Amino acid sequence: MKHETIEKNVGLMGVLIALVIAVAGMAEIVPLMYQAQTTEPSPGVVPYPAVELAGRDIYVKEGCYSCHSQMIRPFADESLRYGPPSLAGESVYDRPHQWGSKRTGPDLARVGGRYTDEWHLVHLINPRDLVPESNMPGFPWLQDSEVDGELITRKMKTLKWMGHPYTDDQIEQASDAVEGVTDMEALIAYLQFLGVANNGRSQQ
Amino acid sequence: MRELVYHDKVIRQFSLATILWGVVGMLVGVLLAAQLAWPALNFDISWLTFSRLRPLHTNAVIFAFGGCALFATSYYIVQRTCHVELFAPKLAAFTFWGWQAVIVLAAITLPLGFTQSKEYAELIWPIDILITVVWVAYGIVFFGTIVKRKMPHIYVANWFFAAYIITIAMLHIVNNLAIPVSLTESYPVFSGSVDAMAQWWYGHNAVGFFLTAAFLGMMYYFIPKQADRPVYSYRLSVVHFWALISIYMWAGPHHLHYTALPDWVQSLGMVFSLILLAPSWGGMINGMMTLSGAWHKLRDDPILKFMIVSLSFYGMSTFEGPMMSIKTVNALSHYTDWGIGHVHSGALGWVAFIVYGSMYAMIPKVFGKKEMYSTSLINLHFWVSTIGVVVYISSMWIAGVMQGLMWRAINEDGTLTYAFIESIKATYPYYVMRTGGGLLFLAGMLIMAYNVYKTVVGRADDLSSSADLKTTGGLA
Repeated sequence: MKHETIEKNVGLMGVLIALVIAVAGMAEIVPLMYQAQTTEPSPGVVPYPAVELAGRDIYVKEGCYSCHSQMIRPFADESLRYGPPSLAGESVYDRPHQWGSKRTGPDLARVGGRYTDEWHLVHLINPRDLVPESNMPGFPWLQDSEVDGELITRKMKTLKWMGHPYTDDQIEQASDAVEGVTDMEALIAYLQFLGVANNGRSQQ
Repeated sequence: MRELVYHDKVIRQFSLATILWGVVGMLVGVLLAAQLAWPALNFDISWLTFSRLRPLHTNAVIFAFGGCALFATSYYIVQRTCHVELFAPKLAAFTFWGWQAVIVLAAITLPLGFTQSKEYAELIWPIDILITVVWVAYGIVFFGTIVKRKMPHIYVANWFFAAYIITIAMLHIVNNLAIPVSLTESYPVFSGSVDAMAQWWYGHNAVGFFLTAAFLGMMYYFIPKQADRPVYSYRLSVVHFWALISIYMWAGPHHLHYTALPDWVQSLGMVFSLILLAPSWGGMINGMMTLSGAWHKLRDDPILKFMIVSLSFYGMSTFEGPMMSIKTVNALSHYTDWGIGHVHSGALGWVAFIVYGSMYAMIPKVFGKKEMYSTSLINLHFWVSTIGVVVYISSMWIAGVMQGLMWRAINEDGTLTYAFIESIKATYPYYVMRTGGGLLFLAGMLIMAYNVYKTVVGRADDLSSSADLKTTGGLA
């Protein structure tokens, strides 16, 4: 077929373009949906409990991923600094994923348990009180609002419907669990939860 | 025979919107750059905080500045190369107001923290639906115009616009598939690695189709026009078009090297990224060589200078990209400011420069003027922006390589040489330099805004090819 044929037929050109661009997605995305490596949770990895889930949504809302990755690469320096390499099975309950693309600040994939809750509180209000050279913004307003119990219940029901194995008890008690919890406390709970199931420290 | 009347009102509107959103998007960019150098500029105000404003900057420059420029030039080019007026002009008017609504909604929701967190696809689900509707309307106007064309052949610029409109529709819909839990929140249907792969399949091809293929369409019309020479090689345009659009789609996984994404996908991404160098340079060569025999025009035509330098930056960043997709290079460059430098050599050097050149060529025509108000201001814009880009990208290159080296440095006893914070401390001078480069680039944009303002409000020369200007009178 001469290219002239395509150039004179917009319908044919459109169809060919659509075919050509569709192949890569079929080849690179679809198989991942069926590969156990990417769909099965790693040992100990569970869906985020109510408070941690609320904290995760605050992490997303505040745009923390702009500067913090959650993906430890299999390099010696990264293992020394952040812990063992991240596994696909550790983010199967991450909607959306928070792997990130830029480290203006350090990786947070295994930050859970590294600092105290009090450290995080002071740091999130004004990072320079603890790390004078830091260029991270403060997030003091997170202390002024509380997690919505009804919304978190609805979120957990939606996630259960999407395949996250929450128990009925967890969903029933979600509203009570977040009662009086500030956005700041929820965010800290989330940070403390990050990577603890599989960080190599629990096995020691 | 009835005189051909091009529908240029929507083009005038999109052109002015391009200038406005260019100023806004770059202003936010300069603020972000300054915040990284002087964190006190976050003011502890939620909606002025870096992490909330960063997506506003990226969306404003890509989809508002770049997007409006693409709407304007594609509507301009498709009418003139098909020798017909726009199909469904009312629908075209809807795409203008619909797209502006998307931009305004983005400017409100992003600083308030309503986001999906997927890079360049942060907008929440109700806005995503509006985008889909506007985009379908755009497709109907564009393809409708091609269908009723008077020319037997579809001109090469339109191939690129066609590929961009179809591909962006598919990428946008697939990557934003989500289950809403409230008016502002939703959970994506993909999770973890699959979500990451879908995101960077989208993210890389937002670059490949929105920021590359479409702007090549712009290039394929305005460079031959401005140089008054035919496109260098028809054969090259055929080959590099099909190669570019098919290979780009595979390159996304290079954003996920050494992550938990399965290795086979990473390797596929790397191989296709390396191959991508060939069709990318095919476009650059075809554009540059169009000037064969007309090189002297570069001496006194700053519009052509913008266009040719844009192709130089295009060639440079499409060389740098494949190099950075090599896994061992990526191990150093990824997560550092090198990536930010790379993006801006493409976004400022290529995308913004080809927009500037095309707008300077097109705006006088659609506003019924002989030429821009001031050629020397275009020249000034050119030099201020060029220095700005060079300062910006070189500071980010140095910063990025330095960060990568500091992070991986290990002492003889096997401990880390630097704490993370030491790399931030060492980067401050470069963050200040980068802010300076960004300020220069913004200054160039403001010079352009002034020049466009003086051109638009000036007396009409009545030389326009757009006949509807006479009947509707300017923007009215």
